[in-house]
Amino acid sequence: MADYKWPAADKRALIGKRISRIDGPWKAAGRAKYSYDVQRPGLLQGKMVLCPYAHAKVTAIDTSDAERMPGVKAIHVMVDPAGPANEVLWAFTPVAAVAAETEEQARDAARAVKVTYEKLPHLVGDVEPARAGSRAQPLAEQTEGDPDGAFREADATAEGVYGSSVITHCCLESHGQVAEWEGDNLTVYASTQNLSGLLDGFATPLKIERSKVRVLTPVMGGGFGSKFGADVWGLACAQLAKKAGRPVKMMLERDQELATAGARPSIHARVRVAAKKDGTLVGWSSESWGTGGPQPAGNPNLPYVIRIPNKRTRHTAVLTNIGPARAWRAPNHPQLCLITMSALEDVAAQIQMDPLAMFLKNLPLTTFPAVYKAELEKAAELIGWKQKWHPRGDKTPGPIKRGLGLSIHTWGGGGHASNCNCIINPDGSVEVQLGSQDLGTGTRTVIGIVAAETLGLPLEAVKVSIGDTRYPQSGGSGGSTTVGGVSSSTRRATTAALNDLLAKVAPALGANADQLEAVGGRIQVKGDPSKGMSWKQACAKLGTTPITATGQTSRDLISSGVGGAQMAEVAVDTETGIVRMEKLVAVQDCGLVIDLKTAESQVFGACIMGVTYALYEEKIMDEQTGRPLNPDMEFYKLAGIGDIGEIVVHMMTGPGYDERGVIGLGEPPTISPGAAISNAVANAIGVRVPALPLTPDKVLAALEKKGGAA
Amino acid sequence: MSERDDPRGPGRSGKSDGLGRRDFVKLVGGAGAAISAGVLSGPALLEAQESASGKVIGPGAVKMSLRINGHPKTVTVEPRTTLLDALRDHLELTGAKKVCDRGTCGACTVIVDGKAIYSCTALAIDVSEAFGNADIRTIEGLAPENQLHAVSAAFVENDAQQCGFCTPGFVMACKAYLDGHPTPTYEQVKKALGGNLCRCGTYMGVRKAVLDAAMRMKGGRS
Repeated sequence: MADYKWPAADKRALIGKRISRIDGPWKAAGRAKYSYDVQRPGLLQGKMVLCPYAHAKVTAIDTSDAERMPGVKAIHVMVDPAGPANEVLWAFTPVAAVAAETEEQARDAARAVKVTYEKLPHLVGDVEPARAGSRAQPLAEQTEGDPDGAFREADATAEGVYGSSVITHCCLESHGQVAEWEGDNLTVYASTQNLSGLLDGFATPLKIERSKVRVLTPVMGGGFGSKFGADVWGLACAQLAKKAGRPVKMMLERDQELATAGARPSIHARVRVAAKKDGTLVGWSSESWGTGGPQPAGNPNLPYVIRIPNKRTRHTAVLTNIGPARAWRAPNHPQLCLITMSALEDVAAQIQMDPLAMFLKNLPLTTFPAVYKAELEKAAELIGWKQKWHPRGDKTPGPIKRGLGLSIHTWGGGGHASNCNCIINPDGSVEVQLGSQDLGTGTRTVIGIVAAETLGLPLEAVKVSIGDTRYPQSGGSGGSTTVGGVSSSTRRATTAALNDLLAKVAPALGANADQLEAVGGRIQVKGDPSKGMSWKQACAKLGTTPITATGQTSRDLISSGVGGAQMAEVAVDTETGIVRMEKLVAVQDCGLVIDLKTAESQVFGACIMGVTYALYEEKIMDEQTGRPLNPDMEFYKLAGIGDIGEIVVHMMTGPGYDERGVIGLGEPPTISPGAAISNAVANAIGVRVPALPLTPDKVLAALEKKGGAA
Repeated sequence: MSERDDPRGPGRSGKSDGLGRRDFVKLVGGAGAAISAGVLSGPALLEAQESASGKVIGPGAVKMSLRINGHPKTVTVEPRTTLLDALRDHLELTGAKKVCDRGTCGACTVIVDGKAIYSCTALAIDVSEAFGNADIRTIEGLAPENQLHAVSAAFVENDAQQCGFCTPGFVMACKAYLDGHPTPTYEQVKKALGGNLCRCGTYMGVRKAVLDAAMRMKGGRS
């Protein structure tokens, strides 16, 4: 019997190697069909009517003019003026939707819908609780140990205010879908990271049976945490398609995407940290606040990663009309990391200690001291910390100041519930099926690698079928749980299928099934490769009956809990305030790596997203109108190819890491860049720039407050 | 900026009466006062069009011919329909993606008369047969189905894509750039592809892919 445990390093033919993603050619040739690209016979185009106010009651909707517009085939009212849910809580909320023959006609008709509103007071500023009135919701104060005593007895205390602004997901494929009915059956081509979850997402509110819904997502153009639900526009699209009797495509336009399709909450904090002269951290106190829209965004756990023994924390949620919060890659971690690592670097500067030495000293306060130590040492080597680090404030003459900063982070992982079917056909073809999705992380490729490895076949010999709810249910892609789920369910399903095959061919080889192995496209006797047959010959023994085996998420193949360290080098122009990235080093563990190429791409991508939110990204709201001022890609700034400096990725693999099993990687490396870059800027210019993004105005303001350049 | 080959609107090579993105930016940026003075407002703009071509087209849908990947294609779209929407909604050429729809991100990049342009900022009619019959190249025309152009192959090999939604635009921008700059340096690549944005963070792979593609194209493998 083949064992489902991961093969030892010397037995791996594919796992851990650098393998190009299997859907790469399809995408790079422009032939992959995303939801946005789906064409169906008779397809109509949907557009929405958006509320211009940040807070209002919808009092009337008159669609009569719009109904007479050219090309209009259906109109759906999304907010019932007479219903209990007629209150709009953020600007650009859709209140009605129109389907017409062309996009131009749909847009014209949406403009012709007359909506009457009763304006209500709004708050859209990312303000301190004192300025938020009744919108401020203080959570309970939490105390551990004796913070007052710790601060009294400390050699040094550092104080500071740190924060991260609200940012959005800005998925390049906006949210949306094509909906098509055939009788009572609904097919949705959805841009989603939660394929199987959308069955209930559509069936329940539309009051149809789950079995009547099919969701298809062969490829999707980015989600980052914002694409889990059917969403109001998905349900409206289905309603329009039903009314028109024709398929409807309705994708969000860019302004609606940036305004309403999710945001990462802000978190700011006024922090005090207490330390001994030797760098031992002894006390923490923080008053934090932030906004994630109309709902509180949870109680952040400060300090981050390093459990300082005596602490007092209090958080206040500020409820605003900026739009809804949605999970954004490692929810809350980047913000808490920024606050913590900035405060710790500030206290290190105060006691005139190299922050690397201070972090190393305090690693016993973390969950993975040995991992962090190895990672910090590796990162220091890769960035040249010893050669380049200087005490706070670059003293070299001239306006350009250079600095180094560091940060560490953690994330869980584990595996979501995943089911896999493996089919081995008598002609030797193999298919694995999962109701999963590939967000661009490489999920499809990882599944193929695990299946091919298990069956001793080349990657091309395995057909990976995902992105269709007709395949076995698999979890949504969130929290870095996908690779754990799909790799273990695929390993179990393919091992079970292989064992069925081995049992079938064992008599012909005059051996017991447990003496056989599948290697290099052959089934052979272990230790005696001459006694064997080709994969094709083996499968021919199946006669006319294919093998079908199933597998589920297997906890003993996966793990949870990783550490990572990052170091940044920046150059700051103290005359213009512009921060230029020189280098970002990311050292990351994630257990057993399935595909080194796509794993490294995940880390590169996370670092680049990190540079972007550290330096450029911010959802800017107009306090007067309550609307976003930059819901476009000219002024909602993403880093370009020349803005990111050099990025160096080092994966911690091999003994000590591999045997943990598979752990997800999407979230962890996204967490530290903001903190590492902020610390590097402080190290360069000699003063802390309190909030991300580190835009020139904030850099110059911090320098002015300090009284000039370093 | 001087080294950057910015995707732009259709060139004013005498083949097109269209207003290039560069020209438009110059107009707006250089003469802000002109806007408030009404130079670009509705009636004046219409008048300008009328005097240029001698007749008013639209506002309803009109039949036009577009020369795409070497073949004439007929579509019936409104004069306000962008080249991007004409390709995607009417010709099933969905390689070019609609992302910002405002000439910022480059996901809709196609090659018109040898130059990379943002197809969301060009009107289909402006590049149609009646207005110069521009040579429009989309990613679908780079290589036959089931074959990979050298640039696409380099993007695959260097994992210069994740979700892939920006990728066709990057591939086309890269192709147009390498046609004019067959031996770029690493530093030049960082500037040359500055007109395309990626959200997943594939730029490190893209940099390597452009250099790799340059080698592949020189090697006659394109």
